[in-house]
Amino acid sequence: MAGYIIRRLLWLPVTLLAVSFLTFSIARFGPGDPVTVAAGQIRDQEVLAQIRAERGLDGSIFEQYGRWVNRAVRGDFGESFQQRGYTVREIIFPKMWVSAQLGLVALFIVFGLGIPLGLLAAWLHGTWLDPFIISVLLFLRALPVIVVIPPLIWLFAVRTDILPVGGWDGVFDIWWIGGVIAVPIPDPHLYIPLVALTLPGFAGVARLVRVTALEVYTEDYVRTARAKGIPESRVATRHVLPNSLLPIVTVVGFALVGIVEGAFFTETLLGIPGIGRLTFEAVGSRDYDVILATTVIVAFLFVVMNLVVEIVYSWIDPRVRLGGSAVV
Amino acid sequence: MSVAAGPYQAEVTAVEQYERQAARNPWLLLWDRLRKKRLAMLSLAIVIVIYGAGITAPLIAPYSYTEQNLERGLEGPSADHWFGTDRLGRDMFSRVLYSARTTLIVTAAVVLSGTLVLGNFLGLLAGYRGGWVDSLIMRIGDVFASLPGLPMLILLNATLLPRVLQLVGWFEDHTPVSGLSSSGTASYFTVFGALALFSWVGTARLIRAQVLQLRERDFILAAQATGGSTIHIIWRHLLPNVSFLIILEISAVLGAVAGSEILLTWFGVGVQPPNPSFGAMLFEGSGARTFQAHPHLLLVPAAVVTSLMFAFALLGDALNDAVRGR
Repeated sequence: MAGYIIRRLLWLPVTLLAVSFLTFSIARFGPGDPVTVAAGQIRDQEVLAQIRAERGLDGSIFEQYGRWVNRAVRGDFGESFQQRGYTVREIIFPKMWVSAQLGLVALFIVFGLGIPLGLLAAWLHGTWLDPFIISVLLFLRALPVIVVIPPLIWLFAVRTDILPVGGWDGVFDIWWIGGVIAVPIPDPHLYIPLVALTLPGFAGVARLVRVTALEVYTEDYVRTARAKGIPESRVATRHVLPNSLLPIVTVVGFALVGIVEGAFFTETLLGIPGIGRLTFEAVGSRDYDVILATTVIVAFLFVVMNLVVEIVYSWIDPRVRLGGSAVV
Repeated sequence: MSVAAGPYQAEVTAVEQYERQAARNPWLLLWDRLRKKRLAMLSLAIVIVIYGAGITAPLIAPYSYTEQNLERGLEGPSADHWFGTDRLGRDMFSRVLYSARTTLIVTAAVVLSGTLVLGNFLGLLAGYRGGWVDSLIMRIGDVFASLPGLPMLILLNATLLPRVLQLVGWFEDHTPVSGLSSSGTASYFTVFGALALFSWVGTARLIRAQVLQLRERDFILAAQATGGSTIHIIWRHLLPNVSFLIILEISAVLGAVAGSEILLTWFGVGVQPPNPSFGAMLFEGSGARTFQAHPHLLLVPAAVVTSLMFAFALLGDALNDAVRGR
């Protein structure tokens, strides 16, 4: 196992380089030469060459990529071509922090709601409620984010004025009781984006938990436990529950993918100053360095997280043999 | 002896019965199982209706999808316009039909090129040949699989689309061909090119895993012993054995691709106006104030898209069950 992890860790830089080079070349392939954009009215060859050198845009694509990597590993993603005077880093990182907070809260809700609901459906297996819950979950998963949000905003913000229309004000509000005791409560700006972000995810988690729980119920050790005379409630909590939760680790990655992708639309629709809205604006204004930086950073997070998930899974479930596919 | 005969007897007949059924025609067997699931049949009907609307759009659409009537903009559903009109007074019903056509074209093209051709062929090749071919294909697949799909598609389409348009423009200027960029064909190609690039990995991995098991079987050995070429073995012996898997993959990819096209277009990097797409329609209707004043702008495409997605999901589940013998 140690050997496998080391091999994967050695592969990691190769994968990351491949991913970033791919992204870099795609972004450089974009139209509207950034140099002519930066130069504005000036068409003097010397000035153009100077800008090109300043921005690291001279030489072959490989040289450019080399310089870009050299800077990127130090967190320098260049200057935004659209928002003059700001570096991409200054623009991206605060937004990333907003998205990360929102995403983390969403991740907790996805698993906090999905696991109990899946167990409930498995427990109700054989009654009409099980297929009912499954159909509802399938429906929720089929509902695109972009369809869910406008009616939610209309209902809660326009029609009834319970929640703000959009924007961002941190995760927690402090609620003062008698001006003395401070109680942290979730900020009202969070509710609509969280519903939109978690609906498809928790439906997916619940369905997976249900399927695994149903499989675990047919295992020999469950039959043994029952044969020993252990009460059904204890069988459910001590034997079925822990074993149904194992595969959940593997979908943390998928859930996060769903949340990140959902964030592109949620943030755009709700005016949350996160990475998704930034990308939407950058796509609109063809700010390639910003798109490049966000894609590369998100891709890096994905690659690293997939590896972490795999290692964690093998660690908590010793039956999993890493890289040990039966053939070859 | 007679005590043991009971259960054994039953087992043999069950197996025999199954083999007799399967020998008839495995596809018929699959269809028989599927037909008994009412939800699956309903989903299939929904998919057929929406895809049928896409195919026959030019015949049944009462208006053109670009025909504007500014005096009658933003009207609710009426006898003239069954689904109402949009901001520019275009008939929503006709636009829904043509959007279904866009969905149809994009999903069909991606499934054909990405799943059937790329995914299948690479999966079969990697699994059967093994060695460095396998390593190379799977490592490339790893890179694609580790990329975040949506941001990559956005980047790819944002950069590729203007280039493709440029190229097509040049092509039109220098050849007698015309109407490619004005009809928006170029944006279709960009969208499904990008989607196909990301949709083959899952299929290839699945097929490869199956082929790894199949290639150890005696019938493959027999084919090799009689001098069958790689292409012959893949085509005649491996492909028929993974065909059920391919059907499952297609059902999964269809829903995912249809959803991606809508999301990309919504984001402004998919199918370009004036080409109709559910993504563009949803975008137009998605403001909170717009929704308050003219809910049909969102609700009409939303209902169609949601039922299509729901139908794909149910159908995929049912197919899965049917292939696994349930």
